[in-house]
Amino acid sequence: MANYNLDITHEHCPMTFVKTKIELAKLKSGDILNVRLTEGEPLQNVPKSAVEQGYNVLSIVETETKGVHIVVIQK
Amino acid sequence: MDFNEEQIQRYSRHILLQDVGVEGQEKICNARVLIVGAGGLGAPIAFYLAAAGIGTIGLIDGDTVDLSNLQRQIIHFTEDVNKPKVLSAKEKIERLNPDVKVITYHKLFTSENAFDIIKDYDFVVDGTDNFPVKFLINDACVLAGKPFSHGGILRFDGQTLTYKPGTACYRCLFHAPPPPGAVPTCSQAGVLGAIAGMLGTIQAAEVLKYFTGAGDLLTNRLLSFNAKSMEFRTINVHPNSNCPVCGKHPTVTTLIDYEQAVCEIKR
Repeated sequence: MANYNLDITHEHCPMTFVKTKIELAKLKSGDILNVRLTEGEPLQNVPKSAVEQGYNVLSIVETETKGVHIVVIQK
Repeated sequence: MDFNEEQIQRYSRHILLQDVGVEGQEKICNARVLIVGAGGLGAPIAFYLAAAGIGTIGLIDGDTVDLSNLQRQIIHFTEDVNKPKVLSAKEKIERLNPDVKVITYHKLFTSENAFDIIKDYDFVVDGTDNFPVKFLINDACVLAGKPFSHGGILRFDGQTLTYKPGTACYRCLFHAPPPPGAVPTCSQAGVLGAIAGMLGTIQAAEVLKYFTGAGDLLTNRLLSFNAKSMEFRTINVHPNSNCPVCGKHPTVTTLIDYEQAVCEIKR
């Protein structure tokens, strides 16, 4: 099980989830993707869309940077 | 394949779909589709398949653009009159999506060249306006084990059926072409231009469903609609054991060029 990181704090909806899906497609089943994103629309939509499309959202963690979160997704 | 930044943007609305996604878009980008006829049906089919990023699009049509085509053949523009249709369509496809490789055949699709041309493609789309070529496409694809989409329009009506080896073919439903002149072509009887867009777009969607595996194809189902009542219906059909080409005792084992009504042959 490998661990990968993706920063989409500079992306806007819907490219936030598009970029997430592109990265997830490169992973093997069981691998972890840590997605760094901003609150508001990305935080609302990315974990929700990931679950809808069959991925596991393991946790959502606030970072030390204000308004930035890490969504941990397992493929 | 790795998509570059432009491709990620261009295909983002496909990538977002659960039933397409990155893998489905890769399949679309690797697909090779032959469109027979660059007219009313071929125009929207080519446009949507090009927009979707189909890797290779083959276009076969022996005609040139006529002013009377422009009411429905939306891939051709006023300045294209007298230009070979395949060339006019190629130019538009390349402007829409430079990722697409376009191969043109400025000739008729005949029993002589059918097998040789379709062998280079994964899927064939019938965008023709006459029965002889519709039957020829069916027979060539059935005999070669090639999936295809049948489509036909007239006046306010359209019908389409998708074929995969083992499912009902066009001849399972219609054994042979009607006698020349029995059914008018749209060049004789007229057709509402938008009908071409309605049906061709359904055919393009079937092609994309075929490559991505999304949903259920129109196999063993004939879709027909009438745009005056705007009623759509699907008729369940089955492989016919008496079918002349795919039945138990086939009588059609080689390709046939049926006779066309004289008025269908231009110039």
